[in-house]
Amino acid sequence: MILKTINKFYDTDIGYSFFNSKIAIISSSIFFIIFLCSLFAGIVAPYNPFDPASVSLMDAFTPPIWSDGGSVSFFLGTDQQGRDMFSTMIYGSRISLIVAFASIIFAMILGVFLGVTAGYIGGRYEIIIMRITDVQLTIPTILMALLVDGIARAIISRSMHDEMAIYVLIFAIGISEWPQFARVTRASTLVEKNKEYVSASRIIGLSNIIIMFKHILPNILRPILVIGTIGLALAIITESTLSFLGVGVPPTTPSLGTLIRFGNNFLFSGEWWITFFPAIFLVVLALSINLLGDWMRDALNPKLKKR
Amino acid sequence: MSLLEIKNLNISYKTRKETIVASSNVTLTLERGEILGIVGESGSGKSTIANAIINLIDPPGEITSGLIKIDDIELQNNEEIIKKIRGRKIGFVFQDPQTSLNPLFKIKDQLIETIQTHLNLSYKEALRKSINLLKEVGIENADKRIEDYPHQFSGGMRQRVVIALAISCEPDLIIADEPTTALDVSIQFQILELLKELTKKRNLGVIIITHDMGVIAETTNKVIVMRHGVIVEQGNTKDLLTQPKSTEARSLVISVPPTNKKIDRFKLISPEGTEITSSSANLTKNIIKAWGVRENTNQKLLNLSNITKVFDDRSISFSKKLIDEKAVKAVNDVSFELFEGETLGLVGESGSGKSTIAKIITGLVKPSAGEIEYNNFSLYNSKRKYQITKSRGQIQMIFQDPYSSLNPRFKVKNIIAEPLKFFQKNITRHDLDQSVFDLIDIVGMTRQSLDRYPHEFSGGQRQRISIARALATRPRLLICDEPTSALDVSIQAQILNLLKDIQDELHLTMLFISHDLPVIRQMCNRIVVLKNGIVCETNETEELFNNPTHIYTKELIRLMPKIESII
Repeated sequence: MILKTINKFYDTDIGYSFFNSKIAIISSSIFFIIFLCSLFAGIVAPYNPFDPASVSLMDAFTPPIWSDGGSVSFFLGTDQQGRDMFSTMIYGSRISLIVAFASIIFAMILGVFLGVTAGYIGGRYEIIIMRITDVQLTIPTILMALLVDGIARAIISRSMHDEMAIYVLIFAIGISEWPQFARVTRASTLVEKNKEYVSASRIIGLSNIIIMFKHILPNILRPILVIGTIGLALAIITESTLSFLGVGVPPTTPSLGTLIRFGNNFLFSGEWWITFFPAIFLVVLALSINLLGDWMRDALNPKLKKR
Repeated sequence: MSLLEIKNLNISYKTRKETIVASSNVTLTLERGEILGIVGESGSGKSTIANAIINLIDPPGEITSGLIKIDDIELQNNEEIIKKIRGRKIGFVFQDPQTSLNPLFKIKDQLIETIQTHLNLSYKEALRKSINLLKEVGIENADKRIEDYPHQFSGGMRQRVVIALAISCEPDLIIADEPTTALDVSIQFQILELLKELTKKRNLGVIIITHDMGVIAETTNKVIVMRHGVIVEQGNTKDLLTQPKSTEARSLVISVPPTNKKIDRFKLISPEGTEITSSSANLTKNIIKAWGVRENTNQKLLNLSNITKVFDDRSISFSKKLIDEKAVKAVNDVSFELFEGETLGLVGESGSGKSTIAKIITGLVKPSAGEIEYNNFSLYNSKRKYQITKSRGQIQMIFQDPYSSLNPRFKVKNIIAEPLKFFQKNITRHDLDQSVFDLIDIVGMTRQSLDRYPHEFSGGQRQRISIARALATRPRLLICDEPTSALDVSIQAQILNLLKDIQDELHLTMLFISHDLPVIRQMCNRIVVLKNGIVCETNETEELFNNPTHIYTKELIRLMPKIESII
């Protein structure tokens, strides 16, 4: 059954390109391993770093297993609170991935909706939407996210802040990513809407909503998918940056960025592993998604197809 | 010694899943002063041979075996010789003059560059030569126009420049790949005349690749008919067109719409070589049962009065007055009427506003001024929305490009079912399936095709699916916008037969838009001739062809390539 599906996938052009690209296979394997680990963090991680009962301050600053004073039970060492580094990273990547996925989906829905409608309806509506994206693209992502975070801090009461932090973060990253989607979607919609099948649908009398989302949207999913994948890597990095700056998720539920920030304080006192491992982990995660996106962009572009 | 000699040429394209043979054992010769025509359906390997001669076969294609000789010099796989010979001894004229000249260079630079690459001339000499060349291909004011950029020339003029470029280094052989397909009839005539004249004057060998039998009849001395990369028949033009022997040649010749008489149905030839007489009468039985018998009352169904359409660009210019003065009227004060049951032809060259009129009738484009009445009911100035939607459903359209007129993400089943569901909101599953089956039967396709996607079908089959979709709303008026201009002749004959059958059985009214006069003559009862958005002449078909009154109509009829000219 599974073999059959794989065979079928291999038969398609995109599948063939996948199995013939080492980069695609390696980067997608790495991504899926990290993804599954963080999905099943409770099973994979040897400790639950958020359970105070399993954490002992006595174990704090244990170096990795191969250094002097390393312990078999914590093979990547522990942090200043005695939490197992490996477990905190797995749990941290879970937070990072949740935030990244949620914010990309949010950006995608908003951007694709505005892009398709702008491209299809045109006129003044299109001009307004596209000028907004132009303006927003001049503001760096991080600045935009900081701005949203700042406003949210002013509005939400201090007691609610920790609970709401993750949603604010999702909103902040999502709102700074949507113009990419809107632009790509609009451009593709402009191409598609002049094709005769769209005219045929209009002559039948179908409503604009049906034409836009049932007829045009499925035909422009490819570029959206590519932007989405590359955007995911960007979202992970943005989240980590924000957390590193201290405006991301609260320290009680640390993401990769938060872990790097903590570890940074101990870098000069010799406990390098507290910041080093989460940083490497972040680089590998973002790189694998980025390479996957690069491959997808090439594979879905018929002009770049290798013969 | 022949000018060009090709022996046992084999070309194949290796892809991941299969190897496509584009040409197998092709053997031909061409003498000086001869025009050779290569015909065949799309995908038969015509262009592959032309590309092989100048070694422009793109990978993964490759010449696997065979011999190409020009003046006894072997060509293939010898990059050094080919570079010298390409452009010098062989000139190439491409299909689309819009893209075959570099838009960033003046005509002058393009000509001089080519000349200086191959001939040992100074800049001044090359310039003088270029001007003479332009004069030779019939460009007036050549010494001034040579300073222009390609976009300042019209399509026909540009093709002349391309030909000038092709003959600039005094080649012995010119290869023209569909040189007139992108051009209007009157310009096509001029370009073909020019090619004939040059052949005679300079004693050239010319290969013309085309799918238009009229062009073949009017220009060539010899013809080669190809199918699936194999030459199925060759001979001199007159013999081949009057007494074709192979099935393929017979099918090509017989499917060409005659220009001098009206026939009832095109004869079709099956791959086995027997004639097919098809009738869809029994297939439409179910549809007629569902629709109810429709009587032809010969009353006025559609009335266009003084329709004008101006495409203005308000986003660029804000001054309303400027628009009115300078605006190009795509459709200018056009009026005609359409009676129930008839087929009205709309003829004109590109830019004459044919398609814009179709779009105005179907509601894709709003007219700037004028009135359209369908069944004595205005389609634009009325406030009764429901009535308009209902009328719109009765007006359906078949498009020119079968490759973009079907949504590639929909199965055929869903493409046909969508309008059915839209107009009959509470249709049962069973009735819906039955209607879809009936529609796919009518257009002569199998029910298995319903579960497939559009890309799995050929152009002709897609056009059939398109017709089925148009019929799904039970239209009374069917607008066909160049429905066969993207198809091969034999497929065109099938589709035109199908349209006639459907019209007879279902009593449809048709508006048939085309630039192809022979096709129009076969299909229509009455004809409207358009030029630059203005109606030149409206008349009964036979009357119009036999006694054209307007000067433009006379021109068109005189210049259309006639296959009969040789017979």
